[in-house]
Amino acid sequence: MPMTMTQKILAQAAGLNQVEAGQLIEAKLDLVLGNDITAPVAIREFEKTGAGNVFDKSRVALVPDHFTPNKDIKAAEQCKMMRTFAHEKGIENYFEVGEVGVEHALLPERGLVGPGDVIIGADSHTCTYGALGAFSTGVGSTDMAAGMALGTAWFKVPAAFQFVLEGKLPKWVSGKDVILHIIGLTGVDGVLYRSMEYAGAGIANLTMDDRLCMANMAIEAGAKNGIFPIDDQTRAFLKEAGRAKYTEYAADKDAVYERVYTIDMSKLRSTVAFPHLPSNTRLAAESTHITVDQVVIGSCTNGRLSDFRVAAKIMAGRKVAKGLRCLVIPATQKIYLQALKEGLLTQFVEAGAVVSAPTCGPCLGGHMGILAKGERAVATTNRNFVGRMGHPESEVYLASPEVAAATAITGHITDPNEVA
Amino acid sequence: MQTKGTVFRYNDNVDTDVIIPARYLNTIDPAELAAHCMEDIDATFVKRVKQGDIIVAAKNFGCGSSREHAPIAIKAAGISCVIAQSFARIFYRNAINIGLAILECPDAHDGIAAGDTVSVDFDTGKITNVTKGTTFQAAPFPPFMKELIAGGGLVPYVQAKLAAKK
Ligand code: SF4
Repeated sequence: MPMTMTQKILAQAAGLNQVEAGQLIEAKLDLVLGNDITAPVAIREFEKTGAGNVFDKSRVALVPDHFTPNKDIKAAEQCKMMRTFAHEKGIENYFEVGEVGVEHALLPERGLVGPGDVIIGADSHTCTYGALGAFSTGVGSTDMAAGMALGTAWFKVPAAFQFVLEGKLPKWVSGKDVILHIIGLTGVDGVLYRSMEYAGAGIANLTMDDRLCMANMAIEAGAKNGIFPIDDQTRAFLKEAGRAKYTEYAADKDAVYERVYTIDMSKLRSTVAFPHLPSNTRLAAESTHITVDQVVIGSCTNGRLSDFRVAAKIMAGRKVAKGLRCLVIPATQKIYLQALKEGLLTQFVEAGAVVSAPTCGPCLGGHMGILAKGERAVATTNRNFVGRMGHPESEVYLASPEVAAATAITGHITDPNEVA
Repeated sequence: MQTKGTVFRYNDNVDTDVIIPARYLNTIDPAELAAHCMEDIDATFVKRVKQGDIIVAAKNFGCGSSREHAPIAIKAAGISCVIAQSFARIFYRNAINIGLAILECPDAHDGIAAGDTVSVDFDTGKITNVTKGTTFQAAPFPPFMKELIAGGGLVPYVQAKLAAKK
């Protein structure tokens, strides 16, 4: 029977020639990930298993990115618990503040994730690594504990929907708009339990940053994972990240998809997800009546170099609207440094934005930019649920860095074509 | 195994940010998490909930983050079972892994009102609305998951596997 790309990776990791949708398998893991919110629970559960040591010191990644630099005493205690555990178990991939970044930007950059890998992370956006042709999915802390102990995890092999991308995006439209458009089509549970498999000639027109952003938000459609085929751009990215060894898988030509969506990217326009669901999408050009108190450019979705390049292009020589707060948060130290060298951070500060150290920060309403009752934010993040960025009566509008930058200048939701 | 309790009823897409807001995630203490359970969707939930009560919801319950704090908070608040038309996949996994009973049932949400008394038989998947005298059938668990639940969740499963290796 033909298999999808996800099914081929899972079959190999389970030591099987063939798997099919619905089958329960036990697969070998290439990496197990946790952050400062989920790892403390996982560590507690890991100790209960009596395993003693982790299955492989080089295959566990502990990334304290959510509440760091520590926002309060309790957060500091959680990070300390992780640090102590990492030290005791000799875990190689523990990242202290100074080298830490938002996990889903950091691990690809470090070459820790690659094609054919099977990765679980106690963070729902672990699906990001599908951009590099990995099978990766979010799990809970107990799954992470079991993964650290055994080096395996149980999975139900998913069926798949295929998303065929054609054409080229118009100016100021990017991967974020594509994925918001898709989630608008499918709904937040439209792809529940399934893989989102991308195909089509249009993929070549998407940057790796676009693909990482799109795979990142697969979970926002309810999907188990989102996965892209491998091409020369992927290989160049891996080379740059120092990842030498990996296995490329491709879907069988006659693989079965429960549903196929074809998307002509040349028809897409800047898109915004209104509160309180990522599927509640409208065009930015039709949303100009929404005034905004805060703009956030960052996160594991859009905190990468190309996001800051394009935002700086729109904001350079202009000023952030009076009374609006604009926060710029590079996702990793490497991105921060490069943005510094290219003069992007200077342009943001000159425009009146504030630049933060890498952190998840406001994305999950943690710290560094919490909203008060009744306030509205446009954010390049991935979730706009009730209370996500602060007060339960605040609002988050999800958008691309292009829209976020344009909005920062005007003070209301703005299609970048209006200002640039 | 059976349970019986008063129903708290919610609609589609109850996400993990309202089940337990991130501002409380600087702790892993179940009792502290339970004290803020459902706070942003139902401010009086914590005051009203009693041991054994039941949550009934519509589609995609538990969507959003992978935080296990969500099922932990619900369980520690005293909820004995969550019945929904469907669950987000990570929440589903987490609930099974920590031993919070969850049942998928397409009709229960329409046939049960907030405040109704409901009893659940986990062996048969039969849900009875005691207040209205109606019954609903939930989907049974696949055998592997039944085994996991019967064994007490994922940690005992790992212990058994590690023991078998030695
Ligand atoms: S940036 Fe936001 S979505 Fe990404 S890992 Fe951090 S909290 Fe989660």
